[in-house]
Amino acid sequence: MYSEKVMEHFKNPRNVGEIENADGIGEVGNPRCGDIMKMYLKIEDEVIVDVKFKTFGCGSAIASSSMATEMIKGKTIEEAMSITNKAVAKALDGLPPVKMHCSVLAEQAIKSALLDYSKKNNVHIDGLEDFDLTEDPHEH
Amino acid sequence: MTKLIYMDNSATTPVKQEVLDEMLPYFNIKYGNPSSIYSLGSTSKVAVETSREKIATTINANAKDIFFTAGGSEADNWALKGVAFANRKKGNHIITSKIEHHGILHTCEYLEKQGFKVTYIDVDEYGIVDLNQLKKSITDETILISIMFANNEIGTIQPIKEIGRIAKEKGVYFHTDAVQAIGHIKIDVDELNIDMLSMAAHKFYGPKGIGALYIRPGVKIDPLISGGGQERNRRAGTENVPGIVGMGKAIELAYENLDEHNNKLIELRDRLIKKVFESIDYVRLNGHPTNRLPGNINICFEFIEGESLLLSLDMEGIAGSSGSACTSGTLDPSHVLLAIGLPHEIAHGSLRLSLGDFNTKDEVDYVVEKLVEIVARLRSMSPLYEKVKEVK
Repeated sequence: MYSEKVMEHFKNPRNVGEIENADGIGEVGNPRCGDIMKMYLKIEDEVIVDVKFKTFGCGSAIASSSMATEMIKGKTIEEAMSITNKAVAKALDGLPPVKMHCSVLAEQAIKSALLDYSKKNNVHIDGLEDFDLTEDPHEH
Repeated sequence: MTKLIYMDNSATTPVKQEVLDEMLPYFNIKYGNPSSIYSLGSTSKVAVETSREKIATTINANAKDIFFTAGGSEADNWALKGVAFANRKKGNHIITSKIEHHGILHTCEYLEKQGFKVTYIDVDEYGIVDLNQLKKSITDETILISIMFANNEIGTIQPIKEIGRIAKEKGVYFHTDAVQAIGHIKIDVDELNIDMLSMAAHKFYGPKGIGALYIRPGVKIDPLISGGGQERNRRAGTENVPGIVGMGKAIELAYENLDEHNNKLIELRDRLIKKVFESIDYVRLNGHPTNRLPGNINICFEFIEGESLLLSLDMEGIAGSSGSACTSGTLDPSHVLLAIGLPHEIAHGSLRLSLGDFNTKDEVDYVVEKLVEIVARLRSMSPLYEKVKEVK
């Protein structure tokens, strides 16, 4: 069902954990639907210097979180903002159609953490103006 | 990888060697069509009738009232659609429960589209149907009550005798989906007032693709499959002779030393449950603590999701199943777990282990050991568990 890459990230997820005094924290998903992703960012000079996650969810939710953290670590905010759910799914060598919402959740988790950072630090991030946290990833 | 530890016997079971040995000649040596008049044909006919007799004896029925089908789902479909369409003039109301197998529930949904009315009876926290609600739901229009013998997910055994009595008093047909029960529980269709009973061979070490429906004489039922005159004109199609032979042998073996098997299974089941409760916190047993299938274990592990639990178990060579939404391809977790009142987030973390004749005490201990590690690992990744720790 899953690609080897998904299974590899599920077995050995990267960047699991929390960051104390994180600059941005995002939590998306809903326990009713069976998946919640929480992402912690450490940001210095517009660069994501560290990222950690915690996820309640299925194998692809955990793998998508892990992959998303790898994709944004060391990247600028602008670069992180350009990461789409499709890019996360592609990096995992694809997800089954019923699991695509997991990659949507990963994209939302990044954006939600960046939104938290922008609010706390009163900085503007291009592309977050119309970010809707309440959007249901399952509809994708 | 280590040897597979198979604990998904409610999904299917391996065909026992003795069963396979009986079946094999009917593929390429005794391959005649039972309807053919030459001796090769009658050899097959005799084999089919011998198997029918074995099955009938097991449930205290007459052989002529056992009708072979292509499995449990066909038997369920036939009982419901066959009775509904044959008795439409009498009434259009069917009663079932909220925790039935989809073979029943989706057939009911189909019948609703055809204009029938269906009442879905609630269950209590253990998954036992509400008998008062059942009684009150019966109207002059009610033609059929269909309640499963034992639940496939949580193992709860229903008060079949009482339901049979209620149905008989009201003059309503009573069908039971006994797919999970047959081969594991003693069933007497007369004592329990059962009018129709569905079974499937692959749940008791027989082959897949063969099942049967018991139909009490006098029950008005249309055929589901039309064609040749097989099965007394009630179920067309050339008989699955090897399957039928296998089913007969499997049922014979299952009831040969049923008590001994069940005592062993109950001991293993209760050992696994006890050990899990001793070594893991935030767990919940689903289904009735004692009135459940001998091999059924269904436990929710809070703060983790069932599919990641199954994948992790699979990595350790352990096969189980879950009522999580992610394993069903839908957004909602198991309808059974929701019907017994579990919140969605807890239902997502369910694990069903169904033990069988080939499981051992060592396997049970190994599985618990691995569960402790896996649950701890997944919880360490879970934002929900982190919140609980903060509260503590």
